[in-house]
Amino acid sequence: MFLSRTLPMILVFVMGIIGFSLYFIPHPAARQFENTLSQWSIAIGSFAIFLAITSLIRRYINNIKRGKDVFYSIVALVALFGMAGLGLFAGIDEKSLFQKIFINVNVPLDATMFSLLAFYVTSAAYRAFRARNVEATLLLVTAVVVILGISTIGDTQVWLRKTAEWIMNVPNLAQKRGILIGVGLGVIATSVKIILGIERNWMGG
Amino acid sequence: MIGLVLSVLLSLNGVEVQARDVPDDQGGAVELRVNFSRPLDISKILIYRVANGDTVSKKVAELDVNGQTKIKYIDKHVKNGVPVQYTLFLISQLGDTLGTVRTQMVEAKPSIFNKRKTFLLLAVLSYIALLIYFMSQARRGRELYLRPIAGLIEVDNAIGRATEMGRPILFSPGLSTISDVATIAALNILAYITRKVAAYETRIIVPVYDPIVYTIAQEVVKDAYTAAGRPDLYRAEDVFFLTSRQFAYAAGVSGIMVREKTAANFFMGYFFAESLILAETGASTGAIQIAGTDAVTQLPFFITACDYTLMGEELYAAGAYLAKDPRLTATIKGQDVMKATLATLLLLITLIAFIGPKLGLHINWETFKAYIVGL
Repeated sequence: MFLSRTLPMILVFVMGIIGFSLYFIPHPAARQFENTLSQWSIAIGSFAIFLAITSLIRRYINNIKRGKDVFYSIVALVALFGMAGLGLFAGIDEKSLFQKIFINVNVPLDATMFSLLAFYVTSAAYRAFRARNVEATLLLVTAVVVILGISTIGDTQVWLRKTAEWIMNVPNLAQKRGILIGVGLGVIATSVKIILGIERNWMGG
Repeated sequence: MIGLVLSVLLSLNGVEVQARDVPDDQGGAVELRVNFSRPLDISKILIYRVANGDTVSKKVAELDVNGQTKIKYIDKHVKNGVPVQYTLFLISQLGDTLGTVRTQMVEAKPSIFNKRKTFLLLAVLSYIALLIYFMSQARRGRELYLRPIAGLIEVDNAIGRATEMGRPILFSPGLSTISDVATIAALNILAYITRKVAAYETRIIVPVYDPIVYTIAQEVVKDAYTAAGRPDLYRAEDVFFLTSRQFAYAAGVSGIMVREKTAANFFMGYFFAESLILAETGASTGAIQIAGTDAVTQLPFFITACDYTLMGEELYAAGAYLAKDPRLTATIKGQDVMKATLATLLLLITLIAFIGPKLGLHINWETFKAYIVGL
């Protein structure tokens, strides 16, 4: 109980107070301590990667045993071990096979997923801009003004460009700031709850 | 003494030089201010520094005057605790040395407290005091009214729907690390949802992006099943690390939603461009979707593609709201009171900015802003 509950709560309380104080202390010793903490988190993170990869392997092996998504699981395991083996034994320099696979397979796959966003944005915009009620109609009109204003049409129609800029810089920025103020207050409240040990879900409830 | 000002004012033919330790910093810097009280034929200033005990001075800067009457230069390469002296050579347009000005010894020192952040510290401490006040009120049994948050009311319905359909629930804790408070807030919500899921004997799938978040999510889910009295239902392979690449994660989670036919999807935490891919794929499978994020740029996507969205601070309030622990819900009340206070202050400041000049009240807003935010 002490090691699983009390000690983590004491550590969180002490480190929480120190972390808060460090923000107001510009002394080099404070910066040094902050850097040390960052290095600790990197060290802890490397242990976590080991656990995370283990969970990944366990999941795919279980899938193969159960005959569920067998093909995908084999592809994932071959890719995982293949790339790790290539990196460890054949190097990761610019001309290595590891880099060639990364640049010619991984990067295009990433780009493919990213490019899908264009279609998803169109589909989402269609749903959002349907003029079903007053609010949706206002949204539609505002969106049309902003889209036209920041496009090449805005170069010839100055009033459209200025209206679009006003929408982005005044009402849009005001709501963004409103949300950010709320976020800031929420972050402080959550941090206080964790530091004081009232919120304990992060260590399992 | 913190921020000790070792300044000296020398005057030579209408030239004033002030050298002082830069206050509220980590040390290693000395500020030089040169003021010309009358127009002079000076094109350049050469600045040389000599440390106490050294015999050779070192050129540290060459500043163009260009008709300026005030020049500020910060030397950021001074050793802490070592007195230094500066000599300024005033060079004419023709390249002649018109004169030299030498400062007295000045010493760079690190500060223990950044005084410019005093207001910020007081504001944060006041807010914390307010939160603690409401927590103590709640502990004494005072009833606190909380505004209803639609997205949170629907959490139970979404879990119930998944249970009735006999399909799993998907929970994504976002793509940020554990140092992000949004991720911690997401894990708080995960704990509540898992307890409900355990009670209803429904399956929950938690694909995780960050290895550290994975280890914590694993513990949160495991303990929530135990707390609900159903440790037998816990499946370790359902909480797993997927990948640490953004779009590979989006592809992986989308695949899970389509293959597993999840009935309810929860996207809680910090998301980036992949938010729309996740939400649109989930919407296409017909799942009920509840998202919560403080990423302002991703909110429109979630609002469009999800059934309910927790915006900004609602994400942080969710854990407390769902847990129904009076001490936790009291912090939501504190947040609301602080927001109302800030809104009133902003309104007052806006009014002063509009009416002030007409009443002869002139405020330097740049200085005011720097003081408020501690710059």
